[in-house]
Amino acid sequence: MPTTTSSTLPTVETAPADILLAPRRFPLALVVRTLVAWLVTLLLFFPLGFLIATAFKTELQAIAVPTEWLFSPTLENFHEVQARSDYLLYATNSLITSVVSTVLGLMIAAPAAYSMAFFRSKRTRDILMWMLSTKMMPAVGALVPIYVLAQQSALLDTRTGLIIVFTLSNLPIMVWMLYSAFKDIPPEILEAARMDGATLWQEAYKVLLPLGMGGLASTGLLCLVLSWNEAFWSLNLSSAKAGTLATLIASYASPEGLFWAKLSAASLMAIAPIVVFGWFSQKQLVQGLTFGAVK
Amino acid sequence: MAYLQLKQFRKQFGAVETIKGVDLSIEPGEFVVFVGPSGCGKSTLLRLIAGLETVTSGQLMLDGRDITHAPSSKRDLAMVFQSYALYPHMSVYENMSFALKLAKVSESEIREKVERAAKILNLTAYLQRTPKELSGGQRQRVAIGRAIVRSPKVFLFDEPLSNLDAALRGQTRVEIAKLHRELGATTIYVTHDQVEAMTLADRVVVLRDGKIEQVGTPLELYDKPANQFVAQFIGTPQMNVVAAAQMPQAAAAYGLPVAADGFIGLRPENLAVLPAGQGQLSGQVELVEALGAETLIYVSTDSGAQLVARQNSRSALSAGDRVGLQLQPETVHLFDAGGRVTRTGVAVAATH
Amino acid sequence: MNRFMPRALMAPAIGTLFLWMIVPLVMTLYFSAIRFNLMQPDVTGFAGLENFEYFITDASFWPAVMNTVLLLGSVIIITVVMGVGLALLIDAPFPGRGLVRVLLISPFFVMPTVNALLWKHMMMNPIYGVLAQVWQAFGAQPVDWLTDWPLLSVIIMISWQWLPFATLIFMTALQSLNREQLEAARMDGANYLQQLRYMVLPHLGRSVAVVVMIEMIFLISVFAEIFTTTSGGPGDASTNIAFLIFKQALLNFDAGVASAGALFAVVLANIAAIFLIRLVGKNLD
Repeated sequence: MPTTTSSTLPTVETAPADILLAPRRFPLALVVRTLVAWLVTLLLFFPLGFLIATAFKTELQAIAVPTEWLFSPTLENFHEVQARSDYLLYATNSLITSVVSTVLGLMIAAPAAYSMAFFRSKRTRDILMWMLSTKMMPAVGALVPIYVLAQQSALLDTRTGLIIVFTLSNLPIMVWMLYSAFKDIPPEILEAARMDGATLWQEAYKVLLPLGMGGLASTGLLCLVLSWNEAFWSLNLSSAKAGTLATLIASYASPEGLFWAKLSAASLMAIAPIVVFGWFSQKQLVQGLTFGAVK
Repeated sequence: MAYLQLKQFRKQFGAVETIKGVDLSIEPGEFVVFVGPSGCGKSTLLRLIAGLETVTSGQLMLDGRDITHAPSSKRDLAMVFQSYALYPHMSVYENMSFALKLAKVSESEIREKVERAAKILNLTAYLQRTPKELSGGQRQRVAIGRAIVRSPKVFLFDEPLSNLDAALRGQTRVEIAKLHRELGATTIYVTHDQVEAMTLADRVVVLRDGKIEQVGTPLELYDKPANQFVAQFIGTPQMNVVAAAQMPQAAAAYGLPVAADGFIGLRPENLAVLPAGQGQLSGQVELVEALGAETLIYVSTDSGAQLVARQNSRSALSAGDRVGLQLQPETVHLFDAGGRVTRTGVAVAATH
Repeated sequence: MNRFMPRALMAPAIGTLFLWMIVPLVMTLYFSAIRFNLMQPDVTGFAGLENFEYFITDASFWPAVMNTVLLLGSVIIITVVMGVGLALLIDAPFPGRGLVRVLLISPFFVMPTVNALLWKHMMMNPIYGVLAQVWQAFGAQPVDWLTDWPLLSVIIMISWQWLPFATLIFMTALQSLNREQLEAARMDGANYLQQLRYMVLPHLGRSVAVVVMIEMIFLISVFAEIFTTTSGGPGDASTNIAFLIFKQALLNFDAGVASAGALFAVVLANIAAIFLIRLVGKNLD
């Protein structure tokens, strides 16, 4: 068979396996991509960045038009927010309700996910779908009954009431995420533990837990975020005593007086914990967030 | 009373019956191999014995104790999984000591047992490593070590060699055989590879479609197959099985009592290739495989039968040559239309 | 032991969710059939289908349904399309990629109320807002977003918040794409766009399904943003079903009508769920 001479073939650069779809002429492609990516990112981050900046301005600076881009930062807004509306109380409520509802949710969801992942039956998928569908009903639809129930059982404006509601709201998602995570664990490893003499509890504690830690972590993280940011039930079921940060922010929403700098500061104080938390845990979170979207 | 006894095991998955009534007795210290094509139920049977699946009906007795409904953790059986199923988050030492820790054995005893097993399996240097850091062959040995350490009543192996490359497979096979000689433990070994079955087993159980076709020592199965399926399953290359209609001369020439719709079975080593014109059959060479120590000659007879002949000497033949074939009538197995054996051939020493 | 265990393990989750679903549902059914106005506690009695009639014939009903559908559809389309684009853009390494990822996902963690206020005051305010300034810089008249384009404003806010989520999922999905497949395509002569069309996008199909599903679950009951910004207005231009129910319940104090509305929401949600399950459920395993 005749062989073609290499001089007639275009030179083929071997691209690193990671460069997925980049055209082959770099570094120009790289520069363009970098610029575009950064531009888009900055545009998308801008609102948040602006919020952060405004929190450190004085009120006058905040409403200045055109916007003052350069200014000397001040912490006066944060002090005032704390003084005026007891940030710490609301923050504590947010923290407690988020954490407790997450832990509670994990405790209920994990056994269910375990059973669905390792003891599959014909109805497993239907049950999963049903669980998700319970989440689709607008919370507003349950507002009246839940409000009445909460009132009757003296759970209005209590942390307990909020915890119960948060847990139940997040339960379907938690079951789904844990189920996806557990499915990735080879069942033989659990069978090996069984053969080695482990009871169900030992199997779960010594083998399943370490192996499923990633999934548990990301599920817990997501639930934490969802509970922290939960506004609907917080606004309707709580106020002065058990109010969460969402309630705090809503109280700043009334249009009387445009205290933008303070609003920004309050907002920042409300979202900062969870945003920073999200930054640090994003890798873990993403792993679990795929919901089995990624094989 | 056998050491391990299966009585009328049946297993149904939904509407499908995968195990259709299996009876088996296994003696202490025996190395029994379950062999059969994929889907025959051998792994299911093993898992039923292990307790990882529950029988639909039937009884399992171990050393006099009825363990049919006992959970896996209480059956005193150890299993080596096909995928090894090592605990990824534990070191080799912890993997091997896990069961003993659960049984609340003392630390010193654990250490002694683990180190002894590690020595037998050449794992002493790897005790602190995690499975990630081991090669396939090493992981396999850890899986075996995990089982040995427990000194269980019966060892269960689920196709342990199928994930290894060919060279390692042969080597590990020999090691398993040596291990069995040293430990003398009752073992049930599942494989689809009949070479492993032949070399490792004290007795072989051939399974098909959830039923036992035949149980016997490897050579018993080789020399006296109970039916066509076993005859063709055991032995490489496969026994030549030809419809009687396609070898009319053979039946006539040798006076073989084979029914018109029956089959004739002939091991390749009992078929001699002669120069054209000699022998009872004539045909054309399709392919010659020279394996060094032996040669396989694929011949297509004039009446349409495809045969394989084996000889210990080199061959000068090539595809297209015309040849004659001769068989030794007493070595021929005869089967009826349903595949059951009607006459078993007598094994003779290879003369060529 | 083996037979009961799976059921026993699932029981708490299924049991509590069942209660959580059934109890409000039953109560809602009850409330919707009686006269129950919190401002007129003496007015009681069976109302039959009155409440339903009232709810449907409310002038805002059909607009609310339309708005709900529009909102849902627009956000899903925007987040999926832009999400895929962004994921493709940052899939391959480039300087600062780690930081870009962190910045991009931030909006997802922002509380919906803060999100709403942020846009309402900082971005969309026609006098002081940033967007107003940008418009002015181009010599155009600033847009009064919340008054003139209320639904669009809400759509923008929510898309901004959910875009990171979609991007994250698509980014992860892209990473699991088999590179050898693309190399084979390259050897077969496919260019970038063809690779995209025949290999990458089909691979993303599954994650798109998941994103759509999750967004449907969460966005059908968007409330906080509307509550904090437009209060459904002006008129009912940005009222969705959820807010309409809220208006009846807490603004008109008519729990009976609100409950009737809630039942419609349930029906709507279930229709969407069935449709969704058929569409996406296959993809899930």
